Amino acid sequence: MTDKTIHYPLKLEGPDVPMVRFMNVSKRYGDLVVLDRLDLDVAAGEMVTIIGPSGSGKTTVLRMIMTLEKIDEGVIYIDGEPLTHMEKNGKLVRANQAHMRKMRSKIGMCFQHFNLFPHMTALENCMEGPVQVLGISKDEARERAMELLEMVGMAEKSDQHPSRLSGGQQQRVAIARALAMRPKVMLFDEVTSALDPEVINEVTTVIRNLVDQHSLTMLMVTHQIGFAREISDRICFFFGGRIEEQGPPTDLLDEPQEDRTQQFLSAVFDAN
Amino acid sequence: MSSYLEFLSRHADQLVNGTAITLAQFVLSALVAITLAVIAGLLTLAPSRPLKAVATVYIEIFRGTSLLVQLYWIYFVLPLMGLELPKFVAGFVTVGACFGAYGAELVRGAVLSVPKGQWEAALALNMSPAKRMRRIILPQALAIMLPPWGNMMVEILKGTALVALISVADLMFMSRQINGTTYQSAQAFGTALIIYYVFARFLVTPLMRWLERAMARRLGRA
Ligand SMILES: Nc1ncnc2c1ncn2[C@@H]1O[C@H](COP(=O)(O)OP(=O)(O)OP(=O)(O)O)[C@@H](O)[C@H]1O
Ligand SMILES: [Mg+2]
Repeated sequence: MTDKTIHYPLKLEGPDVPMVRFMNVSKRYGDLVVLDRLDLDVAAGEMVTIIGPSGSGKTTVLRMIMTLEKIDEGVIYIDGEPLTHMEKNGKLVRANQAHMRKMRSKIGMCFQHFNLFPHMTALENCMEGPVQVLGISKDEARERAMELLEMVGMAEKSDQHPSRLSGGQQQRVAIARALAMRPKVMLFDEVTSALDPEVINEVTTVIRNLVDQHSLTMLMVTHQIGFAREISDRICFFFGGRIEEQGPPTDLLDEPQEDRTQQFLSAVFDAN
Repeated sequence: MSSYLEFLSRHADQLVNGTAITLAQFVLSALVAITLAVIAGLLTLAPSRPLKAVATVYIEIFRGTSLLVQLYWIYFVLPLMGLELPKFVAGFVTVGACFGAYGAELVRGAVLSVPKGQWEAALALNMSPAKRMRRIILPQALAIMLPPWGNMMVEILKGTALVALISVADLMFMSRQINGTTYQSAQAFGTALIIYYVFARFLVTPLMRWLERAMARRLGRA
């Protein structure tokens, strides 16, 4: 927060508080600027997809929301409250562990490589958070987990360890595991990139149903432009740690205004 | 051959008692080693510098010096500083502390080799650092470090033979005693050799293998 000209409110108030707000957020690794004074709002219930070339900072955006990366500059707000910072004596200071734990409970994330716990069955993976973190009884957690496994079509495999499941199956369990914590914001980082082409549909179907049935706020990074077009409310094209261009799928994909967007999209379409 | 059987029956009491003490020393040393290894191994990964330093000093001292010298220190020198341990206790504590220092490196290495994605997934579920370690990381680290711990257990068993030198009446001590009174060195030390081997080969190693298999089953790999 070195830039004194920017005012960071202690809380976001008013009728249209976004579920996620990046305000002037920068992230650097040494000399490499990964996010460059990024502003990004995601409304409650909105499905926003991030596309862009490799290294443009897409994953970093999600990881910063999940508090997996520290912020160098700016403030991120979740549900109107600062995530990376907290209020102390009327000023914003760096968030401590307790504050981050409180805020993290609103956020769920699915990873490219699933990261299921290998020593637990699919069901146990989905019960771990509710039982250990939320303190829910085992019976209730089992019921909740089975419901979600049912929803992602993995109920019959609930007693299998991840090593016995295909990539698509593992990713569906990972989605159920994240949903079992009842987050308000779900983050998907290239959840189909590690999958064989023939099972990608298993996972995209689950996400499509989520979009249709839930009021979840979702932020998704993907290289599947077709899928993004189909389910997104808005697509953001990232370049060099900033949003180069954004808009509804039809606008951004069919009539991109910026040269870099056009180049990126034609490269992607040529590849397909 | 019949004379060896005669030798065995004549010294059966001493050999059985010595073997029992050796087994007790082994089990207790192993428990001390495992406890210290987990504590020191995790402390080397702690964010707090003083805690890290304590663990590092312990590991350096016990890995960098000989077990025999450590035994003499703890049994003969510590009493001069006012800390007197019975020799039986001094024996397994020292052997345990020595191998615990090696074990700490195994624990540390295994924890570090659990994939980063596991830490991140646990954090994404909002697990506290302690739960993350206990519920997610350590069970996987355990599977990684079991094979080297199998070797370590055999080393601990063999290492306990040194407690004879501070007069703990273990198998080695008894063999020396028998040798001293009968001068039947080949029989005395040969028997000890066989007993140590049988325990290592047919008790410790199979037990560790069994643990490894049980672990693999828990990971759904068997
Ligand atoms: N821990 C790190 N240390 C150093 N550099 C990093 C680290 N994490 C990411 N980077 C760099 O930051 C830049 C942005 O990374 P990020 O993962 O956000 O890109 P991305 O847009 O998700 O790319 P991709 O499409 O390849 O996944 C990259 O140049 C990457 O090499
Ligand atoms: Mg990425």
